[in-house]
Amino acid sequence: MADFKIAIVGSGPGGMSAAAHAAELGISHVLLESTDHLSDTIYKYQKGKHVMDEPQVLPLRSPLDFVAGTREHILEVWNTQVAGHNTNVKYNTEVTEISGSKGDFTIKTKSGETITAEFVVMGIGLQGNLRKLGVEGEDLDMVQYQLDDPDEYADETIVVIGAGDAAIENALALTKQNTVIIVNRKDEFSRAKQGNEDGINKAIDTNVIEPYYNSNTVRVEQFDTPLGSGEIGKIVLATKNGEAEVNCHRIIARLGAIAPRRFVQSCGIEFPSDDPAAVPALTNQYESNVSGLYIVGALAGYPLIKSAMNQGYEVIEFIEGNDVEPADEPLLKEKFRKFSARNKNMSVNDVLDMITTNVPLLSGLTTLQLREFMIDSDMRTPAEGEIIFERNDFTNTFYSIVSGEVQVQINPKDPSQRISLSKGAFFGEMSLISGHRRSATILAGRNCVLIETPRRSMNKTISSVESVKRVIDEAFLMRALQAKIAPNTPVEKLQSVISTATLKSFKAGEVLFNEGDEGDSLHLVRVGSLTVSKTVGGKEVVLSYLPAGNYVGEMALFGDSHRSATIRAAVATETICLDGDAFRKLADEDDDVRKRVQEVIDSRKQVNVQMEDNSDSGTIISFLVEQGLGEATDVLLIDESLCVRCDNCEKACAETHYGTSRLDREAGPTFASIHVPTSCRHCEHPHCMQDCPPDAIHRAENGEVYIANNCIGCGNCQRNCPYGVIQMAMVSKKHKSSLVSWLLTGAGLAPGDCNLKKAKQDPDAKKMAVKCDMCKDMPGGPSCVRACPTGAAIRVNPSEFMSVTNLENY
Amino acid sequence: MMHQSLFVYSGYRYLKLSMLLIIASVVAYAIHAPVDGPNGGTWLGYTLGGLGAFLILLLMWFGIRKRSYKSSMGKVEGWLSAHVYLGLALIVIATLHAGFQVGWNLHTLAYVLMFIVIFSGIFGVYAYLRYPELMTKNRRGNTLELMLIEMSELDRECREAASQLTDEINKCILESSEKTKIGGSIRQQLSGRPQNCATQAAFNKVTELNKSLPKEMADDASRLMTLLGKKCELVQRACRDVQYKAMMDIWLYFHVPLSFALLAALIAHVVSIFFYW
Repeated sequence: MADFKIAIVGSGPGGMSAAAHAAELGISHVLLESTDHLSDTIYKYQKGKHVMDEPQVLPLRSPLDFVAGTREHILEVWNTQVAGHNTNVKYNTEVTEISGSKGDFTIKTKSGETITAEFVVMGIGLQGNLRKLGVEGEDLDMVQYQLDDPDEYADETIVVIGAGDAAIENALALTKQNTVIIVNRKDEFSRAKQGNEDGINKAIDTNVIEPYYNSNTVRVEQFDTPLGSGEIGKIVLATKNGEAEVNCHRIIARLGAIAPRRFVQSCGIEFPSDDPAAVPALTNQYESNVSGLYIVGALAGYPLIKSAMNQGYEVIEFIEGNDVEPADEPLLKEKFRKFSARNKNMSVNDVLDMITTNVPLLSGLTTLQLREFMIDSDMRTPAEGEIIFERNDFTNTFYSIVSGEVQVQINPKDPSQRISLSKGAFFGEMSLISGHRRSATILAGRNCVLIETPRRSMNKTISSVESVKRVIDEAFLMRALQAKIAPNTPVEKLQSVISTATLKSFKAGEVLFNEGDEGDSLHLVRVGSLTVSKTVGGKEVVLSYLPAGNYVGEMALFGDSHRSATIRAAVATETICLDGDAFRKLADEDDDVRKRVQEVIDSRKQVNVQMEDNSDSGTIISFLVEQGLGEATDVLLIDESLCVRCDNCEKACAETHYGTSRLDREAGPTFASIHVPTSCRHCEHPHCMQDCPPDAIHRAENGEVYIANNCIGCGNCQRNCPYGVIQMAMVSKKHKSSLVSWLLTGAGLAPGDCNLKKAKQDPDAKKMAVKCDMCKDMPGGPSCVRACPTGAAIRVNPSEFMSVTNLENY
Repeated sequence: MMHQSLFVYSGYRYLKLSMLLIIASVVAYAIHAPVDGPNGGTWLGYTLGGLGAFLILLLMWFGIRKRSYKSSMGKVEGWLSAHVYLGLALIVIATLHAGFQVGWNLHTLAYVLMFIVIFSGIFGVYAYLRYPELMTKNRRGNTLELMLIEMSELDRECREAASQLTDEINKCILESSEKTKIGGSIRQQLSGRPQNCATQAAFNKVTELNKSLPKEMADDASRLMTLLGKKCELVQRACRDVQYKAMMDIWLYFHVPLSFALLAALIAHVVSIFFYW
C-alpha cells in the first residue's frame, strides 16, 4: 500500500491547485515543495508586482481563487485557501528521484526520505532549483543564493561566489557599502556579458574587489561567537596555493539554476527533440509517456497561471477516472462556431478529427497539442478571391488548408500567373522561418477553409513535434530553391540537389568560409544575414551585406574551387548548404539556372569594383553590422551632422505614447556621423517574442513589432532584447493640459515632458513593457521622424540601406 | 534619395517659393508708381503688408506645429524649411511694404523688431549648420554624462595615486575633484573654456612640486601627472560640449521672445494704421 494516492511535486499554480482539489475531494495526497513557501516563482517576483490573469476569456476552474492583483495579495489568498482546504503540504522537501510507474511510484527526497504514491503529478515549472555550494555548511544562515536588494547590507565583508553575470552584478552593487571578495573557479570572467566583464576587471585592478581565482569552496563554518570585527563565520577555499580561509559576514553564491529538464528525463519522461523549447509529449489527460506520471504547468507548455491552475484541477479529475470536459472547450466551440454551423453542427471533437485527417502536417500532434494549437489559431473561411496576404506584407502567421484551395500569384509582374494549393497543403512558412516579408500574394479559392496559426504557436509546435519540423523544413528548402535559383526547373530535378542539402547554423561573427579556402558548396541564407569581405592591402574590407534569401559560393559553379571572398555571419544565421557537384549538375542540365547565377555573379563583380573605390562604405557597413543591424528590418538612424540635439524626437515619442519615450537619442554609438540611438530595430526574428507568456508581442503588416495590451508585465522581453530598447513603464493615461493653456498660462506639463513622476505615485498603476511601435496607428508615420526639425532622424530598412549606392548618397 | 537636410527639403520647394515671392514683389514695386511715392498706404503697400503679416503669423505657427506631436500636417522638417526661406523673403517684402520709409515711430519699431528676429534666426541657421558636426567630433563617441563619469573615475584613480604622496598634493587633488566646474553661468557656458579650473591648477601645482619630491615618490607622481593631464583634456572637451550646446540654444532666447514682441508691435501697427485712416 502506497503512502499516498497522489504525490504532487512542485507547488506552483498547477501543483497547488491539484493538491487543493485532491484535498477538497478527500483523496489522500501530498504536495512536495522544495522551498519553505508556496509557488516559488511567483514568490520571487519583485515586491508589489502586479500579476495579471491572462487569458481573460478562459474560465478559472480551481478550488483556489485567482484574479489579477498584487503579488502579495495573490500569495496571501493562496496561502489562506490552501490551508483552508487542509491541503497536505510538505515544505523543504526537494525531490531528487522519481521511479516506478502507475500504482507504484517511489519518490526520494534530498533529505533521504522515501515517499510512495500511486500517481505522481509533476508541476515543477521551468525555473529550476538554485544550484547550491554542495559542501559542508551550504545551508547555514550566512550562506544565501539570491540577493534582492544590495543596499540592504552595509559595512560587511561579503564573499560572492560565481563568475556569471548575476555574481558580478551583485558583487559590484555590494561594493558601495561593503568589502567584497569574489571567488571564481576559473582564471577569468569571460562567461559574463562584456559590460560586466569590464566592470569586474576594473574593480579588481583598482583593488575595489579582492578576487580568488582558480578557487573552489571546501566548506563554510559559522563561529559560535562573532569575531571582534563582526565576522560571523568563515569560508575555506581550495586555491592553487593551498587552502585559504576568509572570515566574513555573509556568503552570496550565484551559481545559476539547475534546469529541470535533466531531472525530468531522469524520471523516464521523453522529450521529442533537443530543442530547449520542446515540451514533453502528453496525452490529452496530461499523462506523460510514463504511465501514471502527469505533467502540468509551464513544464507541460502552459506558462500562464490560470491555465496551469485549470490543469491542476483537471488532472485530479482524470486520475479519479472522470473525463471532464477541458476548460478550453467553450473557447474551441466559439472558435469553430461559424464553421460548425455551416457543416451540420459538427462538434468540437468532429472538427478536430477532420483537421487531423485533412491536414497531414498536423496529424502528428496529440489531441492535447492540437487543442492548444487550435486555441491559439484562427479558423478562417474566406470568400473566393479574398486576399489572404499580399506580397511584401510583414505578417508571419502560418496557414494550413483544411479544405478547398488557395491561389498563389507566382509572378508579381503578372498577377494572372497562378498556381493553386489544395486541401492538406500549407503556406506562409517562408516568412515564418526567414522573418522576411511575404514572398507572394495568396488569394482564397473555392470553399476555402484555413487555419491561421500565430508565429509563436507554430514555432512551439515545430520544436515539439519532430514530424512537423521535418515536413516544414523540406517544404521551405524546395520553395526557397524554386524562388531564388530554379523557378522553372521541375520538382523532380530539384530533388537530387535537395537530397544533398544540409542545414547549417552559424553564430554572429562566425566565418562560413575564408577567402582562398578550398570548397565548392553553395550556401542559401535561410535566417539571418552575411557580410562579404576581402583582404585589401592586408586589411579586411567589407564589400557587401547580404540579407536572407541570397546565396554565396556561386563561383563554385564555374569550377573555381578557391573561395574568392570571406563570408561571415552578421547575426546568428542559418543557411541551406548545397553540395557543389549536385548544383553544378543542375546548372549543366538547366540553362536557365546557369543564366540566373551568372547574372548574380556579374552584378556582384560590379559592386565589388565600386566598393574597392569607396572603402568608407565598407567601414560603415561593418559598423552597422556590429550594431546588430544585420537582423533589423527598420531602424532609426540619426545624422549627427544635422542633429541639433533638441530631443524633439524623444519628446514626440513620449507625447504620442502616454508619456514614455521609447527611444534614447543620446545613448548608442556613432560612426562617421551616423548615430544609432537606443531604439527598436524591429528585428527579423524579434528576440523579445522568444518568451512572452501571453503571446502579446506581434508583428503588424508593415513590419512593426509591437506589444499588445494583454502584456502581463513579466519583463521577459526586456531581458531578452539584446539592444536594451524595451522598458517596463507605468501605464498611466493621466490627462495632460492642452498646448494652448500651457503656452498662455504655463499650466500643467510642457509638451513632450513625461508624466511618469506622477504615475509613479500611483500605487495601483500596472507596469507593462513598452517599446517602439513605429507609431503604427498614427497617420503620417513615426512621430520621431516627423518631429525632427532638421531632417537628421531617418528610418531605414538596413538591407536596402546597406548597399553601396545608398551609402554614397547618404 | 534616402536622406536630406531641411535646406534641400523636397527639392528646394520653399527656396523656390520664396524666390518667387521676392521676384514678384520686386517687379511689382518697380512697375508701380504711386503719385506720392512708394509707401504702405498704396494698394501695393497694403498687399505687401498683408502678405508680410500673414507670413509672420505663419512663421510663428511653426512653434505650435513643432509641439503638436500628433499632427500629421506635414513633417516638422518641411515646416522649418519653409520657416527659414520664407523668413528670409520677409526682409524684402517688409522693406518694400515700407517703401524704405523709416522714422521714430511704432511702425519702424515693428520693422526693427522683425529684423532682430530674422537676424537671430540667421544666427540659428549658422549654429545648426556649424555645431552639430563639431559636437560629434568633440565627443568622440561619448556623451556628456559618460565624460562626467569618466572624470569621477579619474578622480578616484588620482586619489589613489596620491595616497602615498605629500599632504599638499593630496589637497590639490581633493580640490580638483571637488571644485572643477563644467558649465555654470551663461557666459561661462558660452566661453567653452574652464574658468579657474581646479584640475588645471592641480596639474600646475603637481608639476611644480614634482621637482622637489623624493625619488621613491617619483613613480606615483608621474602616474598622477598622467591622470591629471587626461582629466584636464576631458574637462576641456566637456566645456566645449557645453559651449556647442549653448550656441545652439542661446539664440532661441532672443528669437522667440522677440518674435512675441514683434507680434505685439505688429498688432499695434495694424490697429493704429486703421485707426488713423
